[in-house]
Amino acid sequence: MADFYGVTLESPLMLGTAGYPSPRILEQAIRAAGASVVTVSLRRESGAGQDFWSLVRGLGVRVLPNTAGCHTVKEAVTTARMAREVFETNWIKLEVIGHAETLQPDPFGLVEAAGILCRDGFDVFPYTTEDLVLCERLVDAGCRVLMPWASPIGTGLGINNRYGLRSLRARFPDVALVVDAGLGVPSHAAEAMELGYDAVLVNTAVAKAGDPVKMAEAFALAARAGRLACQADPMEPRDMAVPSTPVIGKAFLS
Amino acid sequence: MKIEVNGEPREFGGSTLEELLRELALAEARVATAVNGEFVPAAARAQRRLAEGDRVEVLAPMQGG
Repeated sequence: MADFYGVTLESPLMLGTAGYPSPRILEQAIRAAGASVVTVSLRRESGAGQDFWSLVRGLGVRVLPNTAGCHTVKEAVTTARMAREVFETNWIKLEVIGHAETLQPDPFGLVEAAGILCRDGFDVFPYTTEDLVLCERLVDAGCRVLMPWASPIGTGLGINNRYGLRSLRARFPDVALVVDAGLGVPSHAAEAMELGYDAVLVNTAVAKAGDPVKMAEAFALAARAGRLACQADPMEPRDMAVPSTPVIGKAFLS
Repeated sequence: MKIEVNGEPREFGGSTLEELLRELALAEARVATAVNGEFVPAAARAQRRLAEGDRVEVLAPMQGG
């Protein structure tokens, strides 16, 4: 089982908490999925924050605060420090956004912020592109978990660079790897787990489904199926057919 | 003095960040604070004096992905 800064996670499914039709449906979805971790954020107090915090605490799941929406190193580092105090955890999902339309991480700011936060005692979960060299820099900076995207946040396009994700798995056998962002349907989650990933993080695909509770359960099952499949050592694909039924002993009937 | 709280202008008669939070009825709430872009830990709020034009952010837990 992968090591998430000293923690092993029972379920390979992490769920985001944004965009659900109601707090009640959010709660039901998290329970139906048996999610191991939920992501949360910090926003200006408008009266709803305290109730949301009570709901999350009542779920008894591990909380991973994010720095969503931060575009600079300073914003992300300050947000992380505020999150550590509010959520009482060293875990931080580090987002430093570099592009407004694709929400692609800013690789340069990401490495800089990761270094500052790792030195400051944070357990950093960097939201990153699947770039191998960038991921090496993040590990050099002290990250023990990497969260490469499948495709841009909220698109549901699934795994855009299968080769890139496979390369990361091969290069970092001892780093916990989570596919974050862009998964649209449960088969995408199964595919990520079949590649040997340790977990998947899903938000929009569940929250915006017609029935988020059912979809949460579907993602949980798919992630578990993918993990089992990976452990079971899948066969190699090949181009030519091979009969699965034995040829020996076949009757001559023509 | 005139300050800004979560982007809204506000007239504040007190002196410290802790007094401001009490005025906002958030002294006991689960929030994190920053002044002019710098994080101010909860334990430092009573010492953190506010000045004219200060920008205060009071952040709370919220849904996120």
